[in-house]
Amino acid sequence: MKILHLIKGRIIDPANTRDETADLWIVDGKIAEKPQRPDAEVETIDASGLVVAPGLIDGHVHFREPGQSHKETLASGARAAAAGGFTSVVCMPNTTPVADNAGTITLIREKAARACVNIFTTGAITKNIAGEELAPYGAMVDAGIVAITDDGHCIQNHEVMRRAVEYARMFNLTVLDHCQDYSLVGPGIMHEGEWSLRLGLPGWPRMGEELIVARNIQLAELCDSPIHCQHISSGGSVALLREARARGVKISGEVCPHHIALTDNCLRGFDSNFKMNPPLRTAEDIDLIIAGLADGTLDILCSDHAPHAAYEKEVELDVAPFGITGLETEFGLFCDILVHQRKALTLNKVIEMFTINPARLLSLDRGTLSLGAPGDVTLIDPNQEWTFDKEKSESLSKNSPFHETKMKGRAVRTIVGGETVWAA
Amino acid sequence: MNTWTRKDLLALSDLDAGELGIILDTARAFKGVGERNLKKVPALRGKTLVNFFVEPSTRTRTSFEIAAMRLSADVVNIAASASSLIKGETLKDTALNLQALQADIIVLRHSSAGAACFLSSRLDACIINAGDGAHEHPTQGLLDTFTILEKRGPIQGLKVAIVGDILFSRVARSNIHALVTLGAEVTLVGPPTLVPKLFEKLGVRVVHRLDDVLESADVINLLRIQHERQRREYFPGLGEYVSLFGLTKARAARLRPDCLIMHPGPINRGVEIDSEVADGARSVILDQVTNGLAVRMAVLHLCAGGVGLPS
Repeated sequence: MKILHLIKGRIIDPANTRDETADLWIVDGKIAEKPQRPDAEVETIDASGLVVAPGLIDGHVHFREPGQSHKETLASGARAAAAGGFTSVVCMPNTTPVADNAGTITLIREKAARACVNIFTTGAITKNIAGEELAPYGAMVDAGIVAITDDGHCIQNHEVMRRAVEYARMFNLTVLDHCQDYSLVGPGIMHEGEWSLRLGLPGWPRMGEELIVARNIQLAELCDSPIHCQHISSGGSVALLREARARGVKISGEVCPHHIALTDNCLRGFDSNFKMNPPLRTAEDIDLIIAGLADGTLDILCSDHAPHAAYEKEVELDVAPFGITGLETEFGLFCDILVHQRKALTLNKVIEMFTINPARLLSLDRGTLSLGAPGDVTLIDPNQEWTFDKEKSESLSKNSPFHETKMKGRAVRTIVGGETVWAA
Repeated sequence: MNTWTRKDLLALSDLDAGELGIILDTARAFKGVGERNLKKVPALRGKTLVNFFVEPSTRTRTSFEIAAMRLSADVVNIAASASSLIKGETLKDTALNLQALQADIIVLRHSSAGAACFLSSRLDACIINAGDGAHEHPTQGLLDTFTILEKRGPIQGLKVAIVGDILFSRVARSNIHALVTLGAEVTLVGPPTLVPKLFEKLGVRVVHRLDDVLESADVINLLRIQHERQRREYFPGLGEYVSLFGLTKARAARLRPDCLIMHPGPINRGVEIDSEVADGARSVILDQVTNGLAVRMAVLHLCAGGVGLPS
């Protein structure tokens, strides 16, 4: 019997609306009552002054294995996750080859099983993420996927998307969608607005996202099946989602930290670490997204952790790949901005959006400290001030715009199945 | 008097009125060099300048080349088709190689906005932006401003109309920044697809009828219509463009007698501008080209560490 005893932490478990100072026990990898075996070996951790939360879940990361392991491997990505306080992550399928078949999923899952955090996998909606033919969801479900998505790409053919959503329903699979209308966005690489005009860069208009969010609302309603809109960047998308959710449509949305921490003018120096898809937008978008988080229109937080090698980003801005790393900075940024600076959300709410909400969306048996749940716990110091140093990152890639950014709030220990996998 | 402290010239949006003034004054001093029999001064003797033109150009490259030679620099020209970029070398690596060859000044023309800015933070050599995508073409903005100043006196209060494909024009952006900084009233003219209202954030006025500016303009600057952009449906075709925005003889007749007619070249005769108007008395299109030499001499001299010259 292996016992972990967390002493006198503030336990915040939103799934059970629990917020109290108490001890927490993990016995043989599960949340448990105080064990009645005083002779057993007990590891103790003093959690006084810290928040004891269910292990954080990031429902949107890109680990580059197979195919691009120079950017990130399942092992290195997992270490970055642990260093950010995450006990579980959900990988997107745009690997090389694409995770659009049971064989590739099985390969990923076998390697993922050896990583230091739980790695869940998603499968592609369409073969090779080409937006044309459906991938074999049945076989991929058997191989262990938790959702389907063509993330990084967006199915432009509405008929294909409709059939995908309908077919996925048979397996209770949630469809995650990267919302981007290709004809409106074209070669756009940054928010279409004053700064794209100033810099002479092709614009990526808000409507390129909003139109697909609206399409997804219609499809979720038509098929009576859930669609989750990834990385919402436009304030207009928030209004669409709010109205649809009020009507009971099974539509949801998630937010990445960069979309509330940074704005389009950050690209004035043409630094590719500010280039991601969807792009940074404006202060008005940030206000609307934060309002959407505050009223629950948007209820999931994630990173869209997208590692790229330095040499790949060290090129002209228009040819540089989209994406930034984020696992190690996202909790600090969200806590700092949402809880401390804007006072828009309580810490409890932020934890909810990082735990039980993504767990419910993706039907993961995690995200709570209920008795019998997996012993995944994150210890948080919500008031610790710290500065991110990309050179000390656990990720293989350093493409973060948050190097030397000061934040208030940090995960200080990450516990997976009762074992500490990372500590500050 | 302000002093010049930059090693690079990347964008006119970076420069204040004092810095623009130093370049324009120095250009005025250098203009005399071209009017002499012996068109050479030793300002850059012993310095090596590389004209690194990743995007093709004849006019700008030749102008930089002559300007550098008049300053006694050693000049090497590299075109994209002859560079190792086509073998897959990155821009950064190619530029580092040029620096390793002890180039003092790299003049960069590139199709990507921000390319000059990208190199400037990674190289010690002086980087002169000779046009980066749709971002800026600072020496063109300077030579246009210099020409206006020379022909019409102080920029403050002058009404300048810039007509055409503003959205994709680096020339327009550099002109806007210099002219607005120096106090001109700038109006952009073109269809809303190429001249979105949002440009007003840059301190200019936006109109969609050429007729609205003809009678009041002190300067009308016609931009080249780039045929290759038509694939994205910004306007129905050249015929309609000419009928709405071409400076025809009839429209030119409504301009003030002292209005300057400018064009950064190469001109499409019969499209942006009627052939006879381009060759007419009010046209300063070739003066712009000549002034480009003086302005580029000034920029090279200043960025290489030379002191500003009184005009």
